[in-house]
Amino acid sequence: MKIINLLKIAISAIRRNKLRSFLTMLGIVIGVGAVITMLAIGQGSNESIKSSIASMGTNLINVMPASRNRGGVQQGRTSSQTLKEKDVAYLSKNCTMVTAISPEMNTSGQVVSGSNNWPTSINGGNEEYITIKKYEISSGRFYTAKEIKTAAKVCVLGQTIVDNIFPDGTDPIGQTVRFEKIPFKVIGVFKEKGDNTFGDDQDDVILAPYSTIMKRITRETYLRAIVFSAKSEDKITETSAEIEELLRSSHGLKDAEDNDFEIRTQEELISNFGSISELLVVLLGSISAISLLVGGIGIMNIMYVSVTERTREIGLRLAIGGKGKDILWQFLIEAMLLSVFGGIIGVLLGYLASFIVEHVMNWPVLITESSVVMSFMVCTFIGVFFGWYPARKASALDPIVALRHE
Amino acid sequence: MSNNSIIEIKNLHKNYQVGDEIVRALRGVDLTIDKGEFVAIMGTSGSGKSTLLNILGCLDTASEGDYFLDGKNVKTLKRNELAEIRNTKLGFVFQSYNLLPRTSALENVELPLLYNGAVNSKLRRERAEEALIAVGLKDRMKHLSNQMSGGQQQRVAIARSLVNNPVIILADEATGNLDSRTSFEIMALFQELNEKGITIGFVTHEAEIARFTKRNVVFRDGRLIKDMIVKDRGDAKQSILDLKDDDYNFSS
Repeated sequence: MKIINLLKIAISAIRRNKLRSFLTMLGIVIGVGAVITMLAIGQGSNESIKSSIASMGTNLINVMPASRNRGGVQQGRTSSQTLKEKDVAYLSKNCTMVTAISPEMNTSGQVVSGSNNWPTSINGGNEEYITIKKYEISSGRFYTAKEIKTAAKVCVLGQTIVDNIFPDGTDPIGQTVRFEKIPFKVIGVFKEKGDNTFGDDQDDVILAPYSTIMKRITRETYLRAIVFSAKSEDKITETSAEIEELLRSSHGLKDAEDNDFEIRTQEELISNFGSISELLVVLLGSISAISLLVGGIGIMNIMYVSVTERTREIGLRLAIGGKGKDILWQFLIEAMLLSVFGGIIGVLLGYLASFIVEHVMNWPVLITESSVVMSFMVCTFIGVFFGWYPARKASALDPIVALRHE
Repeated sequence: MSNNSIIEIKNLHKNYQVGDEIVRALRGVDLTIDKGEFVAIMGTSGSGKSTLLNILGCLDTASEGDYFLDGKNVKTLKRNELAEIRNTKLGFVFQSYNLLPRTSALENVELPLLYNGAVNSKLRRERAEEALIAVGLKDRMKHLSNQMSGGQQQRVAIARSLVNNPVIILADEATGNLDSRTSFEIMALFQELNEKGITIGFVTHEAEIARFTKRNVVFRDGRLIKDMIVKDRGDAKQSILDLKDDDYNFSS
């Protein structure tokens, strides 16, 4: 029997029972819609985490002192004193795979202007720090190499700080603020960056020359960290290897000795958070896959009822020359059509639901082609899988018995 | 075997196993039906006439004996081969019409040809239209089966049995669900088709219906006990006219 005839027969059978066909499809519609929406939500948040990490600079490399074990007690990183200014000088001279390098200092405290104050932390770096951390100046200027050399008491403020210590809207440039009793002249304000992925306010920041923090506030001779911009994002691994090698030789470590520092790249961060959000995708996906499965069982149920209800029709088809395999294909195609039609409507529903989630709830969503293609293929498979048993039952009927069925 | 015979069965036996018992439904039947015949197969329930019809219709096979349909021994054929014989050589008319519900007359009549790969959709439509015209339903081709009266539905079923140009039409109590007037109308249609040379095998238990055929064969307990030519053959059209003009009037 020609496939086109089989299709005609199956379509007319579906049209004869519009309501029942619709209800059968509903399970698949909801299942596919749920899979697409859930995957869109999961992948959307995954993608937004990745892009917000990237906004901090994917070519960023952080070197921190390793935590030390003193008499069996793990010491905090800040108490390690392994990173020095001379390391920065050595690395900037010998490191070939980085475009920028800066020491990093930071300490927390209260910033005061007049009668307003705000708890925050002050970060220090050299003149390249602004490029490495991807900050931009909105007004005023960044500090210069000369100001770093002289440990000048100048600072650049983030927008959160400005909002809190100059609530009346005074232009902060040229004003003096105090941090831990040290007066700083405000020379610039950063463009707003917003919250990062972890909910930290990236505008709650004061940047000053690292030398000023070292000499005037913390009175330390060691660095909290050294930050780098790698030349190429693709060569992060090679770049960290070079940094590691240079630092080991600068620190005079023997082969058997562990590193007294730790190198962190954004890539690791992305992969750590990526695996969490991928877990979310899998979780959401598998929950909605269950509803797809239930939809498939619904199809099997209806096809089974359908075969019983249409026993006489099957008897007639067999009597007028339909072969067992014609009947098998008719019911199988019917089940497949139901699930594919349901799948198409489900895809549309998934798009609609994702659109609503994106615009009403303001969640990031991302519909990938692969999730559409996959749920479509699963649909067809469900049609075949759950249609098979009832279809085989129909094809194996004895025409005489089927014709006599009441 | 005469050249003219459509059906020739020789010493046909059919046994069923029901629990521990063997039911002998047919016990050695010989029957020949020639081209152009109109045979009523009669008998009470349990006489074996339905079993015979199932075998004649290639829906079942005999336990013993030979069955030649249009010169071919079908006794040894497989399930799919039997389906092909039914599709190309036989036409069925059932007591309860067995039309597809909510489907047009035309589509119902086209159904057997859908299972014949050699017939394309254009030819299928033409032949279905011809068949519906032959049963007098030219104006009702697009009507849905559930919008028709019993008589009209049975006409659609007859058109469906004609559409593949079968060597014989097998009707099983085809008037069983109809009132007298409509039964006569259906018999008139069968008589008309038979006049055109179509061979018909007609199972019935009503003598009143059987008298419209040309030959009656009567079964009892699995054996053919009587085979006779109908002498005083009824004219179904005349019988309709003879009916009193009473409450049958509204049926058409």
